[in-house]
Amino acid sequence: MFKYLKQLTSLVAVFAVLFAFTTETMAAKKSKTLKNTQKKGFVRCGVSQGLPGFSNADAAGNWTGVDVDVCRAVAAAVLGDANKVKFTPLSAKERFTALTSGEIDILSRNTTWTLSRDADIGLTFVGVNFYDGQGFMVRKSSGITSTSQFKNGISACTNIGTTTELNMRDFFNSKGISYEPVAFEKADEVVAAYDAGRCDTYTTDKSGLAAQRTKMKNPDEHIVLPETISKEPLGPVVRQGDAVWEDIVRWSLNTMIEAEEYGITSANADSMKTSDNPAIKRLVGAEGELGAAFGLDNDWSLRIIKQVGNYGESYKRNIADTGILPDRGPNQLWTKGGILYVPPAR
Amino acid sequence: MNFRLKDIVPQLITVIAVVLIFGFFTYNAQINMENRGIDFGYGFLSQESSFDVQFSLIEYDGSHSYFRAYLVGLLNTILVSVIGIIIATILGVIVGVARLSPNYLINKFAAFYVEFFRNIPLLLQIFFWYFAALRALPLPQDAEAIFGVFFLTIKGLYVPAFIWQNFNIFFYSIVAAVIAIIVIRIHAKKVQESQGKQIPVFLISIGLIFILPLLSFLIGGVSLSFEVPVLKQLATTSFIYEGGVSLPPELIALTLSLSLYTATFIAECVRAGIQGVGKGQKEAAASIGLTPNQVLKLVIMPQALRIIIPPTTNQYLNLTKNSSLAAAIAYPDLVLVFAGTALMQTGKAIEIVSITMFTYLTLSISISILMNWYNKKIAIQEK
Repeated sequence: MFKYLKQLTSLVAVFAVLFAFTTETMAAKKSKTLKNTQKKGFVRCGVSQGLPGFSNADAAGNWTGVDVDVCRAVAAAVLGDANKVKFTPLSAKERFTALTSGEIDILSRNTTWTLSRDADIGLTFVGVNFYDGQGFMVRKSSGITSTSQFKNGISACTNIGTTTELNMRDFFNSKGISYEPVAFEKADEVVAAYDAGRCDTYTTDKSGLAAQRTKMKNPDEHIVLPETISKEPLGPVVRQGDAVWEDIVRWSLNTMIEAEEYGITSANADSMKTSDNPAIKRLVGAEGELGAAFGLDNDWSLRIIKQVGNYGESYKRNIADTGILPDRGPNQLWTKGGILYVPPAR
Repeated sequence: MNFRLKDIVPQLITVIAVVLIFGFFTYNAQINMENRGIDFGYGFLSQESSFDVQFSLIEYDGSHSYFRAYLVGLLNTILVSVIGIIIATILGVIVGVARLSPNYLINKFAAFYVEFFRNIPLLLQIFFWYFAALRALPLPQDAEAIFGVFFLTIKGLYVPAFIWQNFNIFFYSIVAAVIAIIVIRIHAKKVQESQGKQIPVFLISIGLIFILPLLSFLIGGVSLSFEVPVLKQLATTSFIYEGGVSLPPELIALTLSLSLYTATFIAECVRAGIQGVGKGQKEAAASIGLTPNQVLKLVIMPQALRIIIPPTTNQYLNLTKNSSLAAAIAYPDLVLVFAGTALMQTGKAIEIVSITMFTYLTLSISISILMNWYNKKIAIQEK
């Protein structure tokens, strides 16, 4: 009898191990992107060609910015090291092709979430890491303080391949103003042309205006007008068709935002393991099995918080402390009067 | 039979290989696009484009279709290519001849020009002419009038617009003049061949081309007035010119850099062509009593052209293709408007890139065919 029981238990154990093994790797098996990323040992991330605060490389080639931090968070979650990211600078025109053709696995490049982009071209937006809106910059000396002072014949410099071009047309058409669009492929040329006096106004997302203003010959000579003419929810994008990878990127971003909500920072993350709040314990991996669904271990979210920090830390480090946009505006937690609100991690 | 087989088999294999390779790529693209949920199709061309373009030869705004936007880009590419080819040819011929000048200063200056401009990458030259010139140009409110009616400013060159009355009569007068000139030329050639008598065709032609249009003004009721651009204030320090025609600085910078760059190569073709004609030809022509002008026109040039045309065709093709660098300085050519903005808004990368490639191919082949026809026409006619 015991003999059979022993055999039976070992059989069960074998099955249990097999079953556990299959569930563990089910997610990894389902996600080609995750498998490839773990095999390569780095996350392939598409970023801008240099937008301070969002994705910008210093002289030594180190990338910083809130968009960059999303990729770093994913690297921390799936590879255990936030530095294992290969950044590919892309122009607005190249970005979607690079993603759909498989050259990169995450596009985190101040990209506006719109219906047609989400539905049409084989992309999936996973969330919003910056709520923005299109605005206008003018020279202070022009005396313009509001878009209502724009007159027929105004020339506007901007980038091609952005929602900016479309919003600009809608805006000027609705006001009945004729305008001259001057559209460049690269942001640096837009800034140079506007700075030289080619255009009366420079239009793009307000965060972009604030960031590019720091690059002008004399930043104090320019102001950003108060009006916002569009909604520009910016966020990371992944290829359509890999649901697990999509979830990993979405929840890496959500983890950063929720960590701020619960006051978990890179400094106190380890000590939070003994917190009384189950929501906090789940986020730092002390409770629940949240990583298993992605085929990751249970410390994935803890690593994100420890290595990259929460959303507030990332914002402060990249956007507030650099003087680009010290006021968080809508990019404040919902509990503090902003609109950052993410589904609970449970 | 064996010989024929040996001839055919490699060619057959090549054709099969090419078909297989193309088939593989098409199949691969189809599978990949299907996997990523991207539809393939050209239906987007009839959709509303909803973006505006800075500079267009045909009426266009965002309410027109993507196809219309394609035409806008194509016409802008053709415009800059045609102007570029004309200027580059004139400049190239002048510099090419100057390089053979016995005058030391002219000769060396031409050589310096050629070596300088052809050895700097074109993109850099475009940036130079755009940004350096842009910064050097005055703001509209500071611009000095040239001849009282032209204004060269950072926002473009403003020229007076022509306002015609009875333009069609003026147009017909020019057509009539051209037809008359062709008839006279043919007649003059016949007269010279049969009687050896020379008719001063050139002088008569000049006379006709001026007198007929002049008559249309005097008795045809044609009149012309100019609309001179006037300065308009948009804000305290922001001005533009209104009225007249404005040429954007992007067009000027692009045409200038393309012409200056390509002219160096054409100059070398011209020099090679002239030097390729034997010295004896010139001496022989002079010895039978032709004037230096006739020597150049009747003996040297017809032979030199045969050497000049084929490499010059290459330069025309290069210029046309190089015009796609326009995207760097915001000139709305085919690449910027269609393969840029339209591609981004629709996400139809394969469709749009294929249309763009096919368009450049067609443009280049058209130039090729035209130049080959001309080349054949001036080649030695074996009788």
